[in-house]
Amino acid sequence: MKHLRQLEDQSVYILREAYKHFSNLAMLWSMGKDSTVLLWLARKAFFGHVPFPLLHVDTSYKIPAMIEYRDRLAREWRLDLVVGQNKEALAAGMNHTMGRVVCCTALKTNGLKQLLENKGYTGVILGVRADEEGTRAKERYFSPRDKHGDWDFRDQPPELWDQYKTTFPPGTHIRIHPLLDWTEINIWEYIKLENIPFIDLYLDKGDGTRYRSLGCAPCTTPIKSTAKTVDDIIEELRHTTVAERSGRAQDEGRGMELLRKDGYM
Amino acid sequence: MLENGTIMTTVNTKPSENLNIVIVGHVDHGKSTLLGRLYADTNSLPDGKLEKVQAICKQQGKEFEYAFLFDAFLEEQEQGITIDTARTFFMWKGRQYIIIDAPGHKEFLKNMISGAARAEAALLLIDALEGVKEQSKKHGYLLSLLGVRQFAVVVNKMDLVGYRQDVFEGIEKEYREFLGQFKAVPAQFIPVSAKLGDNIANRSKQMPWYSGPTVLDTLSAFKKEAARSEQPLRLPVQDVYKFDARRIITGRITAGRIKVGDHLVFSPSNKRANVRTVEAFNIDPQPTEGQAGQSIGVTLDDQIFVERGEIASHQESLPSVSTAFRANLFWLGKRPLEKGRKYLLRVATKEVDCEVASIHRIIDTMNLAQQQGSNSVGKNQVAELTMRTKAPVAFDLSASFEATGRFVLVDEYDIAGGGIVTELVHDDQEFLREEARRRDFAWVKGEVTVEDRAQQYGHRAAIVLLTGGRHTGKSFLARKLEGRLVADGRHAYLLDGENLRRGLDADLTEEERGQTTEMARRYGEVARLLIDTGLIVVSTTNPFGLAYHEASEAIRTLVHPAPVIAVHMSKAAEEPPPNTDVVLTGPTDFDAATARILDELKRRGVLAQAIGAKPVFQYSI
Repeated sequence: MKHLRQLEDQSVYILREAYKHFSNLAMLWSMGKDSTVLLWLARKAFFGHVPFPLLHVDTSYKIPAMIEYRDRLAREWRLDLVVGQNKEALAAGMNHTMGRVVCCTALKTNGLKQLLENKGYTGVILGVRADEEGTRAKERYFSPRDKHGDWDFRDQPPELWDQYKTTFPPGTHIRIHPLLDWTEINIWEYIKLENIPFIDLYLDKGDGTRYRSLGCAPCTTPIKSTAKTVDDIIEELRHTTVAERSGRAQDEGRGMELLRKDGYM
Repeated sequence: MLENGTIMTTVNTKPSENLNIVIVGHVDHGKSTLLGRLYADTNSLPDGKLEKVQAICKQQGKEFEYAFLFDAFLEEQEQGITIDTARTFFMWKGRQYIIIDAPGHKEFLKNMISGAARAEAALLLIDALEGVKEQSKKHGYLLSLLGVRQFAVVVNKMDLVGYRQDVFEGIEKEYREFLGQFKAVPAQFIPVSAKLGDNIANRSKQMPWYSGPTVLDTLSAFKKEAARSEQPLRLPVQDVYKFDARRIITGRITAGRIKVGDHLVFSPSNKRANVRTVEAFNIDPQPTEGQAGQSIGVTLDDQIFVERGEIASHQESLPSVSTAFRANLFWLGKRPLEKGRKYLLRVATKEVDCEVASIHRIIDTMNLAQQQGSNSVGKNQVAELTMRTKAPVAFDLSASFEATGRFVLVDEYDIAGGGIVTELVHDDQEFLREEARRRDFAWVKGEVTVEDRAQQYGHRAAIVLLTGGRHTGKSFLARKLEGRLVADGRHAYLLDGENLRRGLDADLTEEERGQTTEMARRYGEVARLLIDTGLIVVSTTNPFGLAYHEASEAIRTLVHPAPVIAVHMSKAAEEPPPNTDVVLTGPTDFDAATARILDELKRRGVLAQAIGAKPVFQYSI
C-alpha cells in the first residue's frame, strides 16, 4: 500500500502543477481503467472537485456499456464532460476496414486535434503509462506538442527533479502524463485500495473471457481469463507474460510509433 | 488463471515495490546490452517480444543483439544510439526495477540528466577495453551533482580483455581516484560481460578472482530512497485552493513532518499561523499529520495571505532567505548561459527573475580542472557561480536539504540548466531582513485583520515609491497623487523624509543624522507602520542622503510583502533602479503621470477597477 501512496503523491503533485500553470486545461477520459484512475486522482488532488473539463473523443465505435458508464459518472461526480467527434470523417464513412492506422488517425488523433483547436486548450492531461508500450516509455511528465500537435521525441525538454516544462510558445500545447510511473498492476491495486468504480467489461462474467485493455469494439478483442474480481485480475497480472495491449490491433507492426509521432495519445 | 491455455514456467511474479534505477556511461560502453541481458535473465520479457525483435533484425539483415530489445524506435536502431530516456521494467527477488535507460552520447546529455534526476540508484558502465572515457567521468560527476548517492560501477566487455584481473583493477583504481575528488563512493565495482552474461545474474566462471556480488545482487542491496521525515519541516506552498468553504494550502512535504496544531512560519513573508486541519479526499478517518514525500493540504487557524513559492517550516529551523547564493550548475541550453542576462529561477515552487552575478569558474569534468574568467557557460558545461534574484527567495543549502537546495533555470520557454545551492551569499539587505523577521514574529496584533481593513477601505495597503534626481518634480507629483487618491475616496498619506527629520529624528545629533542607513531604516519602519494601518503611502525617498536606489531597496525590505509601486522620474533618459514599474522621462505632464500611477495601482490589485466599488479579495495582504 505504501508504494501506491507514493505513486499517488507524485501524480497529485503533477496534477496540481498542471492546474497552477495552465489556465485552459482539460483531461482526456476514455472510461478505461487508467483514465478513470486519473480522474479519481484529480478528485484527490482537488479535494473532491474536478476543476477542468473532461474530454472524450468519441469514435462512435466504442462499446455501448462504456458510454452508459461515462454518463452515469459524469452525473454522479458532477463532471464537466465535453464530447468531441470527427463528424466529417464519420460522414465520409470512416471505419477500421479502411486501415487501422488510417482509422485511428482520422477518428482519434484528428478528432482530438479538432477538439483541442476548437476549445483552445493549452494543457491536456492524459493517462498514458510508460510500461504500456515502447513509445510511451519515452514520454516526459510534461511533453510539448508543436503547432500541428506533433511530438518531437528526438528533442524533448529536460525534466529535472520536480520541475516540469510549463512555459511554451503560442500555438503549441503540452501533454501532461501523471500516470507515467504506474504499472498495470498498480492501477488495479489502486482501484481496489480506493474502491473506484470501473466498467465490468474488465471482468469475466462466466464465458471465460474479459477485456484487458478497452478501445473501439471492432479493434479490441477480449483475452481468455477467468478473473471475476479485482483480486483475480491482480493475481493474474502477477504471473502473465502476455503484453497488456496484445488485444489492441493498432499496436501491430509500427502502428503505435507512427500514430504517436503524429499526435496520438 | 492462465491465458491462451499456455502453461507458464516463469518463477517471477510481479511484486509491488519499485526501485527507479538509471544506467549511465560513455557511448557504446554497452548500456542497452546490459539492459537486454537483465530483462532476459530475469525472465521479464513479455511473450513474443524476443521473437519480434529477432524478426525485425532478420528482415533488416542484422545479427540479433540484446540491445535491440530496448530500442523501441526503428530510427534508433538505424543510428545505433539510444536517443531518449526510456523506462523499462524487470522483476527480481520481490522488487520491480524501473530502469531509466540514459543515453551516453554527448549530444544527449540532457536526456541522461533527465533520467538520472529521477533515479534512486545508478549503474555506471565502463568498457574494459576502452577504459575510463570523457562521458564516464562526466556522468560520475553529474550523478553526484544530481544527488544520486547509491551507485555501482560495472566494468563491461571483460570478455574482450581476456577476463584479466589487472585490467579490471587498473580501471577501478583510476576511477576511484577520480570519484574521490568530489567524495563520491560507489557501492561496488563489478567485472562483467553483458553480452555473454558473466556476473549479471550468474557468477562468472571466467573470473574466479572476483568474489563480490553480481549486478543483480548489487541491485538487491540498494535501498529505497531514505526517508527525509526525520529532518526539520520543509513544505513549499504549491497552491491555495478555495473550491468550497475550506481555504486549503497545498504542497508536497520535502522534509520533516507536519501535524494539526503545529505553528508554521512561511518564508520569505514571515507570515505565521497554526495548522487547523489536514484535508484529504476519500480517507477515513481524516488524517491529522503528514510527512516527507506526501502531497498534502492543510487549513490554517488564521486567514493569512500566503502564496505559491513560500516555504512553510517550524520556527526552530527556518530556511535561508536572500537575493543571492552560490551554486554548482550544469547548463543544457541551446544558447550559452550569459552573465547579466535575465532568466527565470525555480527553487521548489518559487519562480523569480534572476541573473548570473558572477561566473567563478567552469569545471572541466574530465580532470576537474578549473577555468576562470569566463563570461558565459556553454552547453553541457558545469560551472560554479553566484546567482542574484529580483526578489528575496527562501532556500536551503543542498548539503542539508535536497529538494529546497536545488534549482533550475528557465531560458525563454525551456528548462535550460539545473544546479545545487552550495553557499548563502549575504546581501546588503540581510541586516534589515533579519530585523523585519524579528519584528514580524513579535508584532502585537489587534483583532482587526488586514483583510478587514481592505474590505472596509475598498483598497489594499501599498506604498508608492517615487525616485529620481533633484528637481525632477518628485515632491510635486507626490502631492498631486496623494490629493487625487484622497479626492477619490482612498486612504492615502504623503510620507516625506523631511517631516521625519523634524519630528521622530529631532533628538538625533548631527552625526547620528549623518548615518544614512539608520535614517533609511527609521523611514522604512514608519512606512511599514502606516501600511499596517491600511493606508496607501506615497513616498519620496531621497531626503536622507542615500543614493535613491539604495534607499528604495532598504524600504522595500522593511515593508515586504506589501505591494511596492516604484516610479522613477528623470529629465533625460537614464537607467532606472531595478524593479521600477513606471518610468517618467523628460518634461512631465503631471496629470498623465498621476493617471499612469493609478492604472498601475489597479493593475497590481491595490485599487478596485471602479471607484466606490469594494473589491472582492480572495486573500488580502
